[in-house]
Amino acid sequence: MIYEVSNLAIVIFLFIVAFVLGLSFYFARKTKSSKSYYAAGGNIHWGVNGIAFAGDYLSAASFLGICGMIAFSGYDGFLYSIGFLAGWVVALFLVAEPLKRLGKYTFADALDAKFNSKSIKLAAAISTLIVSVFYLIPQMVGAGDLVVPLLGLPHWMGVVIVGSIVIFIVATAGMTSTTYVQFIKGGLLVIFSTILTIYVLKNGLTLTPENYHKFAEIEAVVTNDTVVTIPDSTYHVEATVVTGKMVFVKLNTQEFSPWFKVNTHDDRTTLEEVLSTTVTADGEKLFNGAPQSAGKFFQVGHLSKIIVDGKEVDKTGPVGPFEFIKTLENSEVVRFAKKSFESEGDAITVWYQNPTSGKSVMEPGLKYKLSKASGATIWDKLNFLSLMLALFLGTSALPHILIRYYTVPNQRAARKSTIVAIAAIGFFYMLTLFMGLGAMINGVIDVESSNMSGPLLAKVFGVSLFAIISAIAFATVLGTVSGLIIASSGAIAHDFIDNYLQVKMTDKGKVKAGKFAAFSVGIFAILLGILFKGMNVSFLVGLAFAVAASANLPAILFLLFWKKTTAKGIAWSVIVGIVSSIGIILFAPSMWERYGLIAKNAPVPFDNPGIISIPLAVITLIVISLLTQKDNSTKDFDRN
Amino acid sequence: MLHEPAIPVEKDHAIAKKTKLGVILFFVYTFIYAGFVVIGLTDPELMGLEVIGGQNLAIVYGFGLILLAIIMGFIYNYFCTRFEDKMNNNSTT
Repeated sequence: MIYEVSNLAIVIFLFIVAFVLGLSFYFARKTKSSKSYYAAGGNIHWGVNGIAFAGDYLSAASFLGICGMIAFSGYDGFLYSIGFLAGWVVALFLVAEPLKRLGKYTFADALDAKFNSKSIKLAAAISTLIVSVFYLIPQMVGAGDLVVPLLGLPHWMGVVIVGSIVIFIVATAGMTSTTYVQFIKGGLLVIFSTILTIYVLKNGLTLTPENYHKFAEIEAVVTNDTVVTIPDSTYHVEATVVTGKMVFVKLNTQEFSPWFKVNTHDDRTTLEEVLSTTVTADGEKLFNGAPQSAGKFFQVGHLSKIIVDGKEVDKTGPVGPFEFIKTLENSEVVRFAKKSFESEGDAITVWYQNPTSGKSVMEPGLKYKLSKASGATIWDKLNFLSLMLALFLGTSALPHILIRYYTVPNQRAARKSTIVAIAAIGFFYMLTLFMGLGAMINGVIDVESSNMSGPLLAKVFGVSLFAIISAIAFATVLGTVSGLIIASSGAIAHDFIDNYLQVKMTDKGKVKAGKFAAFSVGIFAILLGILFKGMNVSFLVGLAFAVAASANLPAILFLLFWKKTTAKGIAWSVIVGIVSSIGIILFAPSMWERYGLIAKNAPVPFDNPGIISIPLAVITLIVISLLTQKDNSTKDFDRN
Repeated sequence: MLHEPAIPVEKDHAIAKKTKLGVILFFVYTFIYAGFVVIGLTDPELMGLEVIGGQNLAIVYGFGLILLAIIMGFIYNYFCTRFEDKMNNNSTT
């Protein structure tokens, strides 16, 4: 996709980046001890910490990913909003206060508080690192997606910019800076998402979004399914491809060679213009048969029918939130379905119009098949169950969220900041439905990447709003990546080098080691962000949740609530959780597709591993703990 | 190796009561969340059923789960604060 770059967007973007860096410098001068670097000195106000929690949590996955998934798959994207928030219930009711009582700087400290076991230190450090890296991938992918329309730069450059800035932020300031950056960003994200939602509702529903490309439809004659002739002599058929029950033809129009889909009606046949990308044998990429600079590739997504009180209308005018949902449910949305095939040595991907009833959009099933009518298999149902389980249990097992409990002065503050976070995050997640659906019907979707749907929706309502929203989204990524890199550097420098290897270091040395670790993880994250380009960031975060829920949550909950838990039980449970969840992900259909193989042939028939890996980790913990009771020489941990 | 918390933790006599309340509320929410998942798995068509104000079950249940989490958070905090004030003789901050 080629986007028009806005100077205002660039100015606002640079202003925010400069502001963030300035803030980092300011707090860097105050960061002298390891306590300050990893836990902001434990002195952050609960209100600030609560919004910073929201800032940490409302990562690229929430704003970019969920809005994008709703724009592409309707209600199924909203499942992520529901699950991501429900996870906070586990955090608040079961984990927040006990963890605050146990920990020092990191999740591993908390897990090891009762046992002082080397195996727990190692397992928890590995787990923190792996979960954080898994969570880093979607943030970096989101960063790359953002800079394409924002600054007109290629995806990889966005990843490198974010990586470099974050390494700089983390290497200079640590948790105090990250907390205030997250606080400001979390607050701005909620405020401007509310403004965007108001715009969507004020705009209402319309059949003709502004500046929308009108897709051509040409009369044609088809014989024997494959040979196509066109009465209009300005078009010439260059190639015909039959794939499944569909026929696509490549036409020559003097200027360029776009692809069309053959639609056979009762009495006539038409060719409908589709969006396409072509990768030629020599590696050149064409958009709708023309070079990218020709601007022939369009943003899409519109309504084909609007029904109000049983009557068809062209537009509704301003609507309330519930009227918006109800009207959309009664209307018809044109989504774009994807198909890939080969033609004369070229790799072709087409996106064709797929009219979908509003009713289907407003209930689960477009992404996660559940009903018999949609052909759902037992694996589809397990995939859905697995996703909902991982989202519910993953939040309270994310190391970069857990470390935020240590930045407040006491248990009451930990609890209160969690509630502030739930309220802010819950409100934001309700807005995601309107932003996602707004993107779905206002002709803003970039079919190559769902992640930009939210910011591109803002562009419909003015470049200023787009610029501000994009800059906030960019700061979102900066803040989340900072938090993740601090958690990762804590795992390496504090948990592994200091606690596990017991390398003697001065307090200054510990901070130095943390900064070096942050630099290394940052470089690794940049590489992964480039590799995973194009994947929906919510989907990727869902996988990170599954790894966290499998590796960390059984260990945390059993430590807190089961007295027979042993050190070996915890360590093995963490390891089994990591290995099984990552093992399943690596052999799942989505990764198979990433390797360039056929998704259907993947050895594991579903993407989300939680349904297998979480119970496996729990069983391991119980069995190993029961087998090693004689090792359990510890007393009940001090609950005070 | 140091194993004390980063910040000195004040004595809290309300831990047992707060833990019990947390576990109860957790199970209440889990039950309602599980209901949403079970409907999705066993009778997905039910999600499209209009239930209130022209909104289908998927919307009402989904928004309801988000709102419920917020409301239960406030309830939990209210009771925990009362337990702490009562059992710690208003000594905690």
